[in-house]
Amino acid sequence: MSARLYYIASNTFREAVRDRVLYNLIAFALLLSAAAILVGQISMSIEKLVVINLGLTAVSLFGVVIAIFVGISLVSKEIEKRTLYTVLSRPVRRWEFIIGKFFGLAGTLVVNTFFMAIGVFAALLYVAHHFTRPDALMLVAFYFIILEFSIICALALLFSSFSTPLLSAIFAFSLFVIGSYSDDLRSFAAAATGPTHWLTTAVSYLVPNFSALNVISAVAHGQSLSGQLILHNTLYALSYTALALSGAVLIFERRNLK
Amino acid sequence: MSAIEIQGLEKVYSVGFWRTRPKRALYPLQLAVEDGEIFGFLGPNGAGKTTTLKLLMGLVFPTAGSARILGQHWTDPAVKAQIGFLPEQPYFYDYLTAHELLNYYAQLSGVPAKQRTRKVEDVLQRVGLKDVKGVQLRKFSKGMLQRAGIAQAILHDPKLIFLDEPMSGLDPIGRREVRDLMEELKARGKTVFFSTHILSDAEALCDRVAIIHQGKLRGEGAVEELTSSVQGQVEVVWQGTQVPASVKALGGECHVTGETTRAVLPETKQDAAIDALRRERLRLVSIIPLRTSLEAYFVEKVQHVETSAGGKV
Repeated sequence: MSARLYYIASNTFREAVRDRVLYNLIAFALLLSAAAILVGQISMSIEKLVVINLGLTAVSLFGVVIAIFVGISLVSKEIEKRTLYTVLSRPVRRWEFIIGKFFGLAGTLVVNTFFMAIGVFAALLYVAHHFTRPDALMLVAFYFIILEFSIICALALLFSSFSTPLLSAIFAFSLFVIGSYSDDLRSFAAAATGPTHWLTTAVSYLVPNFSALNVISAVAHGQSLSGQLILHNTLYALSYTALALSGAVLIFERRNLK
Repeated sequence: MSAIEIQGLEKVYSVGFWRTRPKRALYPLQLAVEDGEIFGFLGPNGAGKTTTLKLLMGLVFPTAGSARILGQHWTDPAVKAQIGFLPEQPYFYDYLTAHELLNYYAQLSGVPAKQRTRKVEDVLQRVGLKDVKGVQLRKFSKGMLQRAGIAQAILHDPKLIFLDEPMSGLDPIGRREVRDLMEELKARGKTVFFSTHILSDAEALCDRVAIIHQGKLRGEGAVEELTSSVQGQVEVVWQGTQVPASVKALGGECHVTGETTRAVLPETKQDAAIDALRRERLRLVSIIPLRTSLEAYFVEKVQHVETSAGGKV
């Protein structure tokens, strides 16, 4: 990795850390964990299930919101404020800028998820008083959530490389929602006939398959997760991220910075 | 060697959403800037100065043409390590302090880690921001941001510096300091290419200038050449208040001031005026070629274009 990628990523990370909105979101996520504890206490004997479900869902949703809203402004803000001019007039290639920005945001989300995970584990310890072996599966769930963030960051960057922040947010959020129901979409495609079948099949494979990355319910119920699933999800998320980033780079390489 | 050679660089944008139409921002531009000179790129707002700079910086892509910077193709990344650029009305990462900002740019410019701190400290001192180096840029005034902008353009010791409206937002002292800095850069063998619409700055600083208007190059040359070639008049001053008829007949305007008389005549009538004064035994005090100011030259070029285009002036 070139040193310039590292410098751009570090600066992106620093920007996110110094952004007060990010701190608010972390605080909000912690508050939600506290709410999980409350719900756990009033849900007789299913406290643990509720805390894991609510905690992991909150981590995922808050991360997605950060990924989309920070991701869409990564490029557009630099163009709008013309900070990009003094970066690209140096020996920095455009692809280095995009990839550096991606790593900066992804790094921010990993750190953010790490702290939120501590909050969820603390909440779990609070209601269950001790950890059990299946609780370690939550680490896999956190890993999948990070893979999900990676795809969303790349998509946000892709949209922001050619569109306005508002449209980019709409596109990225729509894809997140559709991708979360991609399993249902595939079931519908299988049941459909004619052009509807082909269209829905195409769409179901084109949108990111966030259903496969969502193991929150399985983890909450202590179901085991296969190594094959981890490998498949890893390869899928990395490939999807790489494709989305390639698209972002291809568009940005040709863009006039008016 | 030319520091910059622009060969037919032009830019046409597509404007509109559904039915796009072409909008020409820059007609094919031929321009050469010599090594070690201060070159002024002059023009009114919207003339095409910033478009030209953005093309040279690789921020927008040309419709046609090419350029060479420091003898290399202008898109070569190696070129960018040797140039500095100050955009018009610069805006920087406002969550960074001045020191952090310059350190970041030094990293991106490939300044070795061992030299980075010293170079950043030196340039902060040079632009007068050393005392506020730990202050976030969001607390900077417009003039301080301009100084930070100049600092980032020169911190990696580039051979060629592009400055887009460098005096913008500066108070008279700040402008004086920037002028001194540009002269110092020249003395150190650097080439400075700067765009401005403040003509007094250009006249005081530049070796050569080019005038651009409505995307077209309207004039180019050494400041002295441009300013002397327009008017071609001389001021003749002689002792006494007498105005000989033969001098009046030459067609100039005569003004008596105290014990002397001053006549402004076409350069071609200079010898005839001297002969006339000799015949009248009047003592010649001085003959000075009248130079048009750069401003007058600039206005003449711009008005000429606008008058030809329909008399908007």
